[in-house]
Formats: sequence, structure tokens, C-alpha cells
Amino acid sequence: MSERTATADITEVTAQAEPQAPELAGADLLVEEVSIDGMCGVY
Amino acid sequence: MSTETQARGARAGFDLDRPWQLHPQVSVRPERFGALLYHFGTRRLSFLKSPALLTVVSSLGDAPSARDACRLAGLTEAELPAYAAALETLASSQMICARVSS
Amino acid sequence: MTQPLVTQPPVTQPPVTQPPVTLPLVEQFQYGLDAPICLTWELTYACNLSCVHCLSSSGRRDPRELTTAECRAVIDELERMQVFYVNIGGGEPTVRSDFWDLVDYATAHHVGVKFSTNGVKIDPAVARRLAASDYVDVQISLDGATAEVNDAVRGPGSYATALRAMRHLAEAGFRGFKISVVVTRQNVSQLDDFQAIANRFGAQLRLTRLRPSGRGADVWDELHPTAGQQRELYDWLVAHGEQVLTGDSFFHLAAYGEALPGLNLCGAGRVVCLIDPIGDVYACPFAIHDSFLAGNVRGPGGFAAVWRESELFADLRRPQTGGACHSCSAYDSCRGGCMAAKFFTGLPLDGPDPECVKGHGERALSAAAGASPPRPSGDHSHRTRPADPVPVSIGARPPASRGLPPAGHGLPSASQRLPPDRACDESPLAGFSPGPGG
Repeated sequence: MSERTATADITEVTAQAEPQAPELAGADLLVEEVSIDGMCGVY
Repeated sequence: MSTETQARGARAGFDLDRPWQLHPQVSVRPERFGALLYHFGTRRLSFLKSPALLTVVSSLGDAPSARDACRLAGLTEAELPAYAAALETLASSQMICARVSS
Repeated sequence: MTQPLVTQPPVTQPPVTQPPVTLPLVEQFQYGLDAPICLTWELTYACNLSCVHCLSSSGRRDPRELTTAECRAVIDELERMQVFYVNIGGGEPTVRSDFWDLVDYATAHHVGVKFSTNGVKIDPAVARRLAASDYVDVQISLDGATAEVNDAVRGPGSYATALRAMRHLAEAGFRGFKISVVVTRQNVSQLDDFQAIANRFGAQLRLTRLRPSGRGADVWDELHPTAGQQRELYDWLVAHGEQVLTGDSFFHLAAYGEALPGLNLCGAGRVVCLIDPIGDVYACPFAIHDSFLAGNVRGPGGFAAVWRESELFADLRRPQTGGACHSCSAYDSCRGGCMAAKFFTGLPLDGPDPECVKGHGERALSAAAGASPPRPSGDHSHRTRPADPVPVSIGARPPASRGLPPAGHGLPSASQRLPPDRACDESPLAGFSPGPGG
């Protein structure tokens, strides 16, 4: 379900991560990446 | 701010047997869950989600190869592929880069 | 055979405030960090403009502003805490005479700087100086792709000022400066045009959410995007937004489907916060209210003590159960939305966001119609209208009714809200209880 997919960004994914949008390219168990702009509560 | 260069990572797979180092523009902040890495040039944040990965990344510059750094961090052979994938991600985003000198 | 998950050494039962290391990142961050990742620092309440939606109700300088020495002390603390970068804003930060001194001091002390400006001081010389600096980024505010739309919100001449600043930055070779747009009912049709402006100047577009904060409380009803426009915005970001920044301000839209890039959670008091011009520390710049005031940097332990020890932040860092949203299938995506948006529309913090994409917020607002929402704490708005032809020296006008936009901005009159009978004393955390996460 697409709503569940939204949480896959952040929660653990399996070792076989499919290539996805740049933000998710490194979404393996050990490393996550985000822009310094990617935190809510900053101008 | 200088122009961001496109990352040119090792698309064919991470070479564990070469020397690597933390990019000089990266600041490392250890955390309970692992670490935060911030690259002042690309303005990207990386979250290292394991303390062992922090140990590996921190010792890359002094180890003859990434594989050695992994062994020194106490990783087993079975764990290496996951850590190699993590290192590839970090290389793609220029958090770590190939070391020229041995 | 499936690869095992990364082996973790056996973890002894941690104390209650420490989450297990195997938790997803979003859960980790909800417990807070020993230092912010980045933070907003409003350097002054003084501003040459009077934007109708100003989140900090800026205009007049506060006489209690931090001194240069006090600002340097804050920077020293940020360096020690390894805060990666600080977003300097205001008011208009460049009107402080020590602005460049402080920017240089920050970058010399390993704290990156991005400052938010309406562009008033970005002349060619300043632009060249900025282009030469590696650790200073600039963000120009713009709320319309045309002068007509922009100036209705930001005041006459503000569009011209912004574009002039952009031209100077581009001509000085500053690539990738930010153009930051607050998305409103009036400008959501101009998203492509904003991108074109960014492309023209070699800048990066940033779209952020309008919150009913500061003066925004009085224009929110008229300016916040309609439900249909919200969907338009989301679709546009999914289709065209790969290079567009959002400050993670649209995480409430994740309930539509695919989450937008970013942490997709409220960072207030957990990974970010605000330091205001008089040193007050708030959970976030959209929550300038006593209920979200954590302390003051002038206290004995400085900023670090406030970040690490304030009761407010400890409350925010306890696991949230989701309250009324807990049973909604979208909760994992939207996390209940924006705390400030709920607070300043008078909604309970453990319920839906006013712009909940499923419509729960609208229903909650209708049910609460008639109740007065909390007012922002403090108001540094200009007392006189900049566009008024009567010279200021003749005498100040009586204080303008709170929230009415100055003449000439072209907006319909903001609906007047009566002040509450008594100060809101309800804890913003009513309904939050420590317990297992939802």
C-alpha cells in the first residue's frame, strides 16, 4: 500500500534495496542520507 | 559556495582493497546510534546507523585498505558485503574518497 | 540463504530514555540528540519590511537584543556542540551592524551559515564577498513570481529588491543560492514560474509551508492553500521537485502516498530549535509562544543547558502515541503533522493537522469554530504603516489593530480575532503521555 511505502524511507529495508530516487539510493541498513535542508523547523 | 560536482561513485561495486579516507570537508559527530556526517561542500548529511560503521569510517585514513579498517573494527566476513554497500553509498556522496598515498 | 540483518552486539536493557540502537532513524530522532543538527537563529526583530505573514511578527528591534559578545558566545557553544550549521534570519538579519562580523566569526569557528534575507543589503560588493566564501549560503525570500503577487504579501518594491539581489549574486558568480518561497493560495499557480526564476539566476528553489505563526495567524484563513491546491503542490513536487528544497515542511503531505525527500518528521526540540533575538530558545521558529519556550541562552548553562535539560524539550523527546491520529492508517507517514500549525489554529496537539490531507483537520476546526486560538507571544510589528503618506515624525499612529495588513498590500481585510479572555494556560502537551510508541 502506498502509505506503507512512505515509511520505507526511514525504517529498515532488506539488504536487496532496489535502485530508487536519489534520496533512497543509499537506503540500506547502515547509511541514510538527507540534505541539510531536510529537517523541519528551520527557515 | 562552490559549485556542487556530481558524485562519481564506484558504480561497479566498492573496492575494499584500496586505501580510503574521510573527505577533508566532512565533519563527524558521534551519536548514540552511530554518527552524523556533514559535508560542508555538498551540504549533505549522512547518518551512520551503526557504531561499528563509525569505527570503520574513522579509521579509513590510517588503514592500508578499507578491508583492513573493517577487520580492525571487528567485522566478520559475513558482515562485509553490507558494510561495503554502506561505504559505496558514502563514496557516491563524496563523504569518503580514495586516498592517493598509501 | 538470506543475509542476516547487521549483527548487533547484545544490548543490555537501556535506561528508559535511551532507545534501542536498532530503531528506525525517525524513532531515534524523536528521542532527541545531544545537540541540534542545525538551528534557526533570529538575529534581530528589526526589519525594513512588514510582510503580512511574518512568522516572527518582526519590524521593530527589541532593546533586549543579544550583544555582539553574547552572540559570539552562542557561536562558541554551537562550535563545541558541533552544530553543523545555523540558519540566520530575523527580521532582516543584515540590518544588524555586526552582521558580517558574526557571519565571519561563525564560519571561522566551524559553524556553517545560511542567512535568510529580503535582499535589501545585497549590493554587488556584498554579492562578490559572499561568492568568495565557501561556508556562507544565502537565501532570498520571494512569495510571488510577479511583483503583483509578491508585493501583496511582502510590500511595495520588495519584488524589485529581491530580484536585484539575485542579479547581483548571479553576476558575482554565486551559484546555487536559495530562493525561498512560502506557498500560498495566491502563488501556488506560479510554481513553474518560480522554477524559471531560479533557473535564470542559477539559484535553487525552495518551497516551504505557510504556518499560522506570528502575523501568519491573521492571514492564514485567506492565504493557506486550499485542499485542492495542496494536492496540486504535492503532485508538482513529486513530478518536478527533485532539485527543489522544502525544509521538510510538507511532511504532512506524505499521507498522499510517496513521501517527499527529507526526514519527514517534526524536528522541533529534537534535532532543531530556534534562538530568538533576545536569546529565548523555542522549539522551532514557527512556535514563538510561551508554551514552546524552553529557556534563554543568558541562563547560567547557556544554550547547551537549555537544549539538554529543559523540561519542554524532555517532554517533546518522549515517544508520542499519536493520540487521536493513532488509529489512522496515514499516521506513520504524516506523524500527525505540524505542532505549530495545530497550536495556532487552536487544535489539540494530539489530533490532526489543520491541513490533514484526509480532511480530519477541517472537521476538527469546524467542530471547534468559535473558540479563540492562542495568540503569538510578543509582537514586534511596525506600529506605523510603511506605505502611509503621513510622515513618521508627525507622530506614531495608534497601534494598528493586530493583524491588519498595512495599506496597499491588496489583500482582503484579515478577519479580526478577539483576544482570549485569559492567557492560554493549557499545556501544549495535553494528551501526550510517555509510553510505548504508536
